[in-house]
Amino acid sequence: MTQITYDARGLAEPFADVPRISEIDGERARFDARDLTTRTINLELRWLLYEQGVKEVEIDNPGSRHSLAVGLLTRCKLTINGSLGYFGCGLIDGPEIHVTGRVGWSACENMMSGVVVVDGNAGSLTGAALRGGDVVVRGRVGARSGIDQKGGTIIVGDSAGSMTGFMMQRGRIVICGDVGPGLGDSMYDGTIYVAGKVKSLGIDCVPGEWTDADTELIERKFRIYGLGSPPEFQKFVCGKVLYNYDQLEPSERKLVL
Amino acid sequence: MCGIAGIIYRDGSVHPIGDEMTRMLQSMKHRGPDSTGYALYGNENEANGNLVMRYKLADANTPRDFDFEDKLHRHRAIVESRLASLGAKIDEVEEETPYAFRVSFSYDGDLKLLADFVEDIPEAEVLSLGRALEIVKDLGDAETVHEQYGLSEFSGTHAIGHVRMATESEVDIAGAHPYWAYPYSDVAVVHNGQLTNYFMWKRRLERAGRRFMSQCDSEIIAVYLAEEMSKGASLQEAMDKSLDDLDGVFTYIAVTKDELGVAKDELAAKPLVLYESDELVALASEEIAIRAIVDHEIDTYDPYEREVLVWQR
Repeated sequence: MTQITYDARGLAEPFADVPRISEIDGERARFDARDLTTRTINLELRWLLYEQGVKEVEIDNPGSRHSLAVGLLTRCKLTINGSLGYFGCGLIDGPEIHVTGRVGWSACENMMSGVVVVDGNAGSLTGAALRGGDVVVRGRVGARSGIDQKGGTIIVGDSAGSMTGFMMQRGRIVICGDVGPGLGDSMYDGTIYVAGKVKSLGIDCVPGEWTDADTELIERKFRIYGLGSPPEFQKFVCGKVLYNYDQLEPSERKLVL
Repeated sequence: MCGIAGIIYRDGSVHPIGDEMTRMLQSMKHRGPDSTGYALYGNENEANGNLVMRYKLADANTPRDFDFEDKLHRHRAIVESRLASLGAKIDEVEEETPYAFRVSFSYDGDLKLLADFVEDIPEAEVLSLGRALEIVKDLGDAETVHEQYGLSEFSGTHAIGHVRMATESEVDIAGAHPYWAYPYSDVAVVHNGQLTNYFMWKRRLERAGRRFMSQCDSEIIAVYLAEEMSKGASLQEAMDKSLDDLDGVFTYIAVTKDELGVAKDELAAKPLVLYESDELVALASEEIAIRAIVDHEIDTYDPYEREVLVWQR
């Protein structure tokens, strides 16, 4: 891999150039990230999406590097052939991303909209502060997934670790496997669906009443992502004993007024 | 923050682990640039039955006053004469740096006595003592330490390493990981996290006759495991028990002559990525470290809270 330069402040690659190595074919492009650095991979991606009018990008050999495919604020389709390190696909608004490997900690952090599908496992803090869109992890996720979640849906094909949905405020978490201790601890609102065993519930997380809307949501998401026929889920919601959550989102406030 | 890494070849085959661990640690340099440490398990001494002791007579940043070199010279001679007086037959003494040494010798007496006798010399610290274990640690990143100590020549079956971002104690070799499980031969520990009941355990273990060479909370884990294992516990049992006894956030890796184990606290607060294949087990704070030694796409996962996993070579 290429040697990374640092400036006097310790910032990595303050003056990096766009590598322009992609093979561009109309609205599609593909490039090999093996010899690029984190900064140049992201620069290449931005150059393709914002300046070359490309709508579909395939990236080979991401090599588990951190902070790849972040801050993309346009509708596009990305395929990442391999695994990402920490903070992958964070702060995105619009992209549809398919990661064929795994992702590290804090994947899809603060994502606003779009879809991220991960074929492998994910680390802890997956979908932290998620605002919207769908995060689908076919494997297992680490601890504290959906921490501070404020919208969107996280779907986990296998098991999840401790403190899943910690302090979640809105949105949905769907877990097809078992969950660790402290599920939904201190949650304000939102819904957690678990098909497997729950090791223990967190403070103020209680079983909820199943409605037709829940069935419709689960069936729709399973159909969209080709997850087969859904297993039987238990539903968990906030007991509303610890907190009251009556503030509206700015967009909702406009609608009400 | 700190970064930890471990690698063990399951079939006991010998590999250039000095180089491999350096690549793993260098890729995690951003997790801790203060110091880098290695616990390497070689096999060359098993044949001739020798013990290897790594020790230092000054720290990397000890002030170089006018008689610094004289003192090192004198203390070095005292170490060798003390080893001889205990009946140890010195095979070879290597000067790795002006202040850090590696000595191989044959000896069948009490290791605690030997370590205490050496550490009685002012500023001397035994970094490791064992038939296979060698601990190398110094300030700077992995490539600096690798170069300084000539680790490209080191081959063996398993190793652990640590890059340190100092939070609890000073930036010096005494505060760098890995820690040797004094006085238990061939056991070492690297730790990422903070222990909140450090002083309680330090006092308890000191009363049991253990010594502490640093102000670093992580040293507790190594000495704690030594205490449990000297009472007859296996590595797995000692690590299982540590989950209840140690308070704080931690992911730590412990190694013995033929085992490598990892333990996570009850919050799974500190990261660990695990890769298992038929040939080897590699684990690190970040997958990028594992990818530094495995070139192809791999399946990895993060262990959950309160998990203790141990592998044999």
